[in-house]
Amino acid sequence: MQTRRAFLGSAAGTLAASALVPAWARSAVRGNTGIAAEHQHLYDFTIARTPLRVNGRATEAVTVNGGVPAPLMRMREGQEVVMRVKNTLDEPTSIHWHGLLVPFTMDGVPGVSFPGIEPGETFEYRFPLRQSGTYWYHSHSGLQEQIGHYGPIVIDPAGRDPIGADREYVLVLGDWTYMDPYVLFHQLKTMSDSLNFQKRTLGDLFADAEEDGLGAAVKNRMAWGKMRMTPTDIADVTGETYTYLINGHGPEDDWTALFEPGQRVRMRVINASAMSLMNVRIPGLPLRMVASDGNLIRPLMTDEFQIGPAETYDFVVEPEDRAYRIVAASIDGSGQALGTLTPRLGETAEAPPLRPRPLLTMKDMGMAGMMGMDDPDAPGMIGQGHDQPEPAREGGHASMAGMDHGAMGHEGMNHGAMGHEAMAGMDAGPKGGDMKGMHDMQKHDHPMGPGVASVAMMPVNRLDEPGIGLETVPHRTLTYAQLAAHAPNPDTRAPGREVELHLTSNMERYMWSFDGVKFSEVTQPITFYEGERVRLTMVNDTMMPHPIHVHGMFFDVVVPDAEEPGVGERYLPRKHTIVVKPGEKLSVDITADEVGDWAFHCHLLYHMHAGMMQVVSVLPKERGRPMTMREEASSHEGMGHDGMDHGSMDHGGHH
Amino acid sequence: MRRAMLPAALALLAAPAFAQEGPEDPPWNQADDTYGADAMAAARAHVQSHHGGQRWMQVMADRLEWQSGDEETALWDLQGYYGGDLSRVWLKSEGEYGFGEDAVEDAEVQLLYGRAISSYFDLQAGVRQDFEPDGRTYAVLGVQGLVPYFFELDAAAFLSDEGDLSARIEAEYDILLTQRLILQPRAEIDLSASEVPERQVGEGVASVSLGARLRYEVKRSFAPYVGVEWSVAPGESGARTEAAGGESEDTKLVAGVRAWF
Repeated sequence: MQTRRAFLGSAAGTLAASALVPAWARSAVRGNTGIAAEHQHLYDFTIARTPLRVNGRATEAVTVNGGVPAPLMRMREGQEVVMRVKNTLDEPTSIHWHGLLVPFTMDGVPGVSFPGIEPGETFEYRFPLRQSGTYWYHSHSGLQEQIGHYGPIVIDPAGRDPIGADREYVLVLGDWTYMDPYVLFHQLKTMSDSLNFQKRTLGDLFADAEEDGLGAAVKNRMAWGKMRMTPTDIADVTGETYTYLINGHGPEDDWTALFEPGQRVRMRVINASAMSLMNVRIPGLPLRMVASDGNLIRPLMTDEFQIGPAETYDFVVEPEDRAYRIVAASIDGSGQALGTLTPRLGETAEAPPLRPRPLLTMKDMGMAGMMGMDDPDAPGMIGQGHDQPEPAREGGHASMAGMDHGAMGHEGMNHGAMGHEAMAGMDAGPKGGDMKGMHDMQKHDHPMGPGVASVAMMPVNRLDEPGIGLETVPHRTLTYAQLAAHAPNPDTRAPGREVELHLTSNMERYMWSFDGVKFSEVTQPITFYEGERVRLTMVNDTMMPHPIHVHGMFFDVVVPDAEEPGVGERYLPRKHTIVVKPGEKLSVDITADEVGDWAFHCHLLYHMHAGMMQVVSVLPKERGRPMTMREEASSHEGMGHDGMDHGSMDHGGHH
Repeated sequence: MRRAMLPAALALLAAPAFAQEGPEDPPWNQADDTYGADAMAAARAHVQSHHGGQRWMQVMADRLEWQSGDEETALWDLQGYYGGDLSRVWLKSEGEYGFGEDAVEDAEVQLLYGRAISSYFDLQAGVRQDFEPDGRTYAVLGVQGLVPYFFELDAAAFLSDEGDLSARIEAEYDILLTQRLILQPRAEIDLSASEVPERQVGEGVASVSLGARLRYEVKRSFAPYVGVEWSVAPGESGARTEAAGGESEDTKLVAGVRAWF
């Protein structure tokens, strides 16, 4: 890690930005009229530290071939491709091919699928392309991805591309910081809310008091304060720190795309930002969504969509003879990336103002199911002002007793990770809460401890919601529930077993983990067996959305009202990265057909860096077979209570 | 005897943190066949420790301030730690310098080991050494963290080498007037289980301080402030203070800087 001084100092000698932006990413004012349909199958990449300018300001990046973003890789399905990656940094590096189906030893995650690329070393990646669509690549080493080590991948189908378009652009979204990312991480670890300049102030209290009455406004503050949580905790890093980018261009750079009136323009959007979920729209222009995470979907019309880090969406627009503004706004309303889509250079449209900051609600705490409960301490929606998303009002008044984790952690829940059956008695819930008549209380069989500050007591499926900040916009928004695969799913079997995984955190200590266990403490991977169909159910116990990414395989997202498995053709949307909303419980089905060790993590870079990572080990058939749910249950019963070392398991994650 | 208890208590607290794991099978190893077990083992250890096992340091100057009064004083209140999420070594120091006397009037340093006992609290134990007004040594046991409603709390009990038991409770709260202009009420209560005549302390509440500081966060990590602090030594402690020629009650203006890195 460099000192901050060295970091800034070395950035002092700078070059003009334009020379360092690859052709595909340049603005139309620099001659970009759309990406070229030229294919390559051999790439030579050099990873280096490079001084450059972002949004007009000098900075330093970790670059691939000298620019930010990295080169566009455009290849054709069926080709064998070779990438020679030379590391000129003084630290190890790597490239992970995000969303590509590759042999796991080519997946590019140091310590999981290969050793990494040491300084001075050149590593050769080689694999056949088995798919088509919009993907991307990035470093999986340290925090290099934050400062420029990312680029787009376009793989054209072997046959005809069913998406007809006259012109194509790639929109790589980014969140640039001029800080050393290790300094940024240090700041999050030592004072986790210090990069949030969107907090509620005394002025907000007065405003809410005017709308809802002083009593309600104060009560709302008290309810949040009692839990030691804040409704403004939407993005850990905000526009105060980040400059939001389109293709390496800040709002001042105004990246511009040209079209001729009457043309159909395909936009391939990749969210390569480290920490920012974005809401994307082109005011005045309907978006015809045609692909998600590289996979074609049944086309559908929308006006705005939310995209988490690492997701990709393709859409087609047919602009009229006028200029439009391309807007990608951070979900917390603290900043936005801006570009222009115009038939004539020099002509642009007005940038829309930032939207008001959204606030979290009961639903985001995983308490949406707890309706009809009457607790005067509950932070309902009243007293939060009325710039509120409407659906959240469902939460109503609910008991917050369950959030008193001092009590929960030590009296009800402090058991080992393995006590599935032994824990049946826990359904009664934590002490003190008026839980009579409640159903479907969420079980929490994972270790608790200081790293788990909250649990979702009644999480709900939120696939039919567009995401934070989009609930009340006056136009169409995209939801996962609307997505349907264009082609029938390759595997329509019903899952043979279910694995439940909890997304856990302690925001105050900036600890992030799965099932309460940080990656540094993991002693066992998540194990799948070759050929099995597994249902992965994720419960978000935190108050933040997490883009969860599995390497090497796709999630078949179990959308509500999907066709029954095993009956006929299914069209579940297939994704490599899925945003699990706060307080949500959702399921994805996975076909474990790719043997190897695969990284599995939250794609918010600093969450991963803090420990929100695991390995999915797909073991070859000869190394075992999947247990059925019945077998798994009986094996736990067989262990009995005596066989469980509660003490050591409880703290197993924490020494 | 009391001196011997302290290291024993520390060792007990520290034990889980430094327990050694025995050799284990690697949690995943399928890439070993391709790249070699040694290369993968090193990379695996690195990737795991750098995703949740990091350690870091913070130094916080909560109060570095000038105080008005019959005798103007400068006050420092610093703390820092090194460690990970759950176990940390803490160094804390507080003291006062009197401009009139041109001398340090109060100075103490604490060295503590802290361990997370809940999501929001650390239990801390260690030693405190006073340098002024006298060179006493104390055993320290305390808790530090965030209580509901976002009050920062630091409460500790001190057992001196003279056998005197005392306690100090500090609480702070941030009121955001704007994103950067922050009013911080602060309370500190010192308690004593026994009389300490040399320090004009009687049994019971030795002193109470209530303050309010208005800071402007130029950066989150650097904030100049102004404020006011009222303090009182009630009852017996006040009487002893007055008998020694001091004031039992005092109101001061303060100006200073809060900074951390």
